[in-house]
Amino acid sequence: MSATLPMSALTGCGEMPEPLVRNATHLPVLKERGQREVFCGLTGIVWLHRKMQDAFFMVVGSRTCAHLIQSAAGVMIFAEPRFGTAILGERDLAGLADANDELDRCVTQLLERRPDIKTLFLVGSCPSEVIKLDLARGAERLNERFFPQVRVLNYSGSGIETTFTQGEDTCLKSMIPHMPATTSTATELMVVGTLADVVEDQFMRIFNDMGVGPVHFFPPRMARDLPPIGPNTRLLLAQPFLSETVRALQARGATLLPSPYPFGVNGTTAWFRAAGQAFDIPDERVAKAIRAPAERATSSLVRYREKLQGKRLFFFPDSQLEIPLARFLYQECGVELIEVGSPYLDRLLVEAELPLLPDTITLSEGQDVDKQLDRCREARPDLTVCGLGLANPLEAEGLRTKWSIELVFSPTHGYDQAADLAELFARPLERAQRLTV
Amino acid sequence: MQLTLWTYEGPPHMGAMRIATSMEGVHYVLHAPQGDTYADLLFTMIERRDRRPPVTYTTFQARDLGGDTAEMVKTSVREAYERFKPRAMLVGESCTAEIIQDQPGSLAQSMGLPIPVVNLELPAYSKKENWGASETFYHLVRTLLLPHVPAPGTARETRPATRRPRANLLGPTLLGFRNRDDVKEVTRLLNDLGVDVHVVAPLGATPESLMTIPEADFNVCLYPEIADTTCRWLQKSFGMPTVKTVPLGIGATREFILEVGTVAGIDVEPFLERERLGVSQMDSSQSLLPWYSRSVDATYLTGKRVFIFGDATHVKAAARIASQELGFTIVGLGTYSREFARDIREVAKLYGVEAVISDDYLDVEKAVGDAAPELVLGTQMERHIAKRLGVPCAVISSPIHVQDVPARFSPQMGFEGANVIFDTWVHPLMMGLEEHLLQMFREDFEFADGAVPSHLHSVHGKSAADVVVDVTVAAAATAATVNADPSDVATESPAVAAEQAASTQTLVATDAEWLPDAEKELKKIPFFVRGKAKRNTERYALEHGVAHITVDTLYEAKAFYGR
Repeated sequence: MSATLPMSALTGCGEMPEPLVRNATHLPVLKERGQREVFCGLTGIVWLHRKMQDAFFMVVGSRTCAHLIQSAAGVMIFAEPRFGTAILGERDLAGLADANDELDRCVTQLLERRPDIKTLFLVGSCPSEVIKLDLARGAERLNERFFPQVRVLNYSGSGIETTFTQGEDTCLKSMIPHMPATTSTATELMVVGTLADVVEDQFMRIFNDMGVGPVHFFPPRMARDLPPIGPNTRLLLAQPFLSETVRALQARGATLLPSPYPFGVNGTTAWFRAAGQAFDIPDERVAKAIRAPAERATSSLVRYREKLQGKRLFFFPDSQLEIPLARFLYQECGVELIEVGSPYLDRLLVEAELPLLPDTITLSEGQDVDKQLDRCREARPDLTVCGLGLANPLEAEGLRTKWSIELVFSPTHGYDQAADLAELFARPLERAQRLTV
Repeated sequence: MQLTLWTYEGPPHMGAMRIATSMEGVHYVLHAPQGDTYADLLFTMIERRDRRPPVTYTTFQARDLGGDTAEMVKTSVREAYERFKPRAMLVGESCTAEIIQDQPGSLAQSMGLPIPVVNLELPAYSKKENWGASETFYHLVRTLLLPHVPAPGTARETRPATRRPRANLLGPTLLGFRNRDDVKEVTRLLNDLGVDVHVVAPLGATPESLMTIPEADFNVCLYPEIADTTCRWLQKSFGMPTVKTVPLGIGATREFILEVGTVAGIDVEPFLERERLGVSQMDSSQSLLPWYSRSVDATYLTGKRVFIFGDATHVKAAARIASQELGFTIVGLGTYSREFARDIREVAKLYGVEAVISDDYLDVEKAVGDAAPELVLGTQMERHIAKRLGVPCAVISSPIHVQDVPARFSPQMGFEGANVIFDTWVHPLMMGLEEHLLQMFREDFEFADGAVPSHLHSVHGKSAADVVVDVTVAAAATAATVNADPSDVATESPAVAAEQAASTQTLVATDAEWLPDAEKELKKIPFFVRGKAKRNTERYALEHGVAHITVDTLYEAKAFYGR
């Protein structure tokens, strides 16, 4: 297994991880269509509202939508949240109330209460889309009234259009038309996808040491501070679920830097090297900038590798993080992969990842949860990565599980989180070992 | 459209899920888009259920809408029947499917399945969770029992003297507040009275056991929000009497026993006689609440200001317990159960307060703030409200948190339930002597501002702006869904939280100015009464035209408003 150890990271001269001879790129994908045990895109609000502190997210939907976000977020947040739901009532559906007037009334009510809001997202839901409530026009109309105090944007988080993390994709895409054009011709870097602030700061320090800049993060911490975009922009993706965002950024002239995602030492090294190459930074300088954190990460991974080595893993589809996480576990923790499920597979976004996965896995897209559970029970993996609706039932069947939502909500990117990421997978196994009851 | 931040109840199909998941042998096919499966985790995480809810979601997408979504319903029904072999099936739709009008219930009924299929039509845009649960339970029971309803005028068989009376316990469900333990406690109580429990439903029932409901002598409506409609129908169709008193609290439990005695035709007096002795004799007590409440250390509970909010059943009971069994003063109460608004308004009148009938969290928060209670009895939401206001809180009603599903036996109903209530409501408060010591030695550094009081394991004592805010994307939801103490999760920006805290603690408008000495004196008052002292002093200043608040004003106000 030493071939998969990130030796290159130790010397700081890491290249892109070598593709495997027999890798997953050409594997047939098991496409399934049936019941999905996955959140809809509205759930993205849970982290997006915390990332952009001047923004408010108003779902236009049903009581189910309100209940969903509340349940996904836990009923835990005891300050007034920066999201809410304009709940459609019978009058709205029967056309007795003009839905547009009602929408304007709710927005006015909200903005009066919360003068601190600078960007308001109107978030479409299943019912608002089925009744064809035009939120784009609503946003236009409201902008006439409230801009420039408040910018009103709209996107869809509906379950008939989006899966879980795709809500971030549609949200970010809605901001792109409002990005200013770059004013210089010098190369600029844009890191795309929500990162924990602490990780952003770590990354920024490394970019500075490498001499890469200017660097913009998208989404920004304040929705008001949209980064500039233009033909000189290079895109480095931090999250593997931003299909439409990437294409919309490309349409504004930006160039995508293909790279594995910054999970684990290998992924993070490859990611920084992709940035270094785009800025013509000498290899030695990149190596020097990443040496210390990469070495830290490598040595801190050792103890988790001992626990995870040879363990058999099964991924249910959830966040689209499955493929890069599987790659990290396979390459750096010695995990044996059985099935890697993803709700949606966009080859543009995983073209640098698939060659790093072995061709012995089952790669599945979409879900028919009962059939997938049958496969999982049949395989009896050592660890199953799945959503909260499935975790306890599988535990009760004697299978150890890792609930996937934590992988989305915890800081897991970059060198200094690599061991934390491994630990998330090792903990259920460790726990099973400790318990005698 | 109604702007909502948090909701107390989910949509009505969530209520139907609670019925299906509470039972065995029932499967629910729900015509719904992806995302609605979130509801599963309420059962698997809050209740820590070891099985998935018996629900199949058709999972239609935008691209299916032009095509045959009705066919998806049929496929789902067929496959769910084949895979799960239920003995009864519920078929319905969630909010989005309601708009596309596939009528999944009728479709399923036309498929000729060899089991009863109940068509659930639960209007998602006008009704809510408890109503949905009530309707589902009623339609299921009615579907199964309708063929067995005796002809009108048929006399009900009288119970043979050799057989003990039998009761059904109707209403308990998953995600209800302590329903599992209440069933155990009420069963024990009825056994002690000489009554056998026949069917418990929906919790733990099967389609077959529902069929035997009429074999009992009477029904106990444990939770009217869920079972009232069903009990009425059983009364009308089978002549089964209903025991309507909900045995929450000592007084209500005694009345419950009397009502059971009447309905079952048994003598409960000896039992009650023995129980009443418990007021002054610990040994003969069924519950320690009456004696503990009379014990001198409980004197400090007298007149504690309490605000009560939750579902109708628990609020009604809590008001009675608080005022008559613990000697608190009710400064506000209300419910989110609009179906029971009239009942709750009448209860409020008894205590001289205006009922808050609302499912708007912000209304409730404002009402709590205005009432300045010393204890809040509420739901998971009020726990947050109380935390922000720095007031102790005990949960008495759904919606619940994983903390409210304890491992230990902790019922609310019956005599043991009264014990549990005594402990959980009284423990968050200062103990009697502790309170006096605090008053006496209030300059002790441990009682100073910012010292975390020993009885609140929270961020209390810090101002909202001091609350450490986790700026990473992380944490909130991670901790959230499962096991974190809610106090660990302070998620808003400090500025917003501080502004909110300030606005909710709006003081009486006053022009009077606090002089430095008075302000210093105010700070010597323990934090948990300081807000009230400040408010009272300012009101006193306003009403007496005092422009500058001095130390004397502070004490004059204290004398004027004295407890």
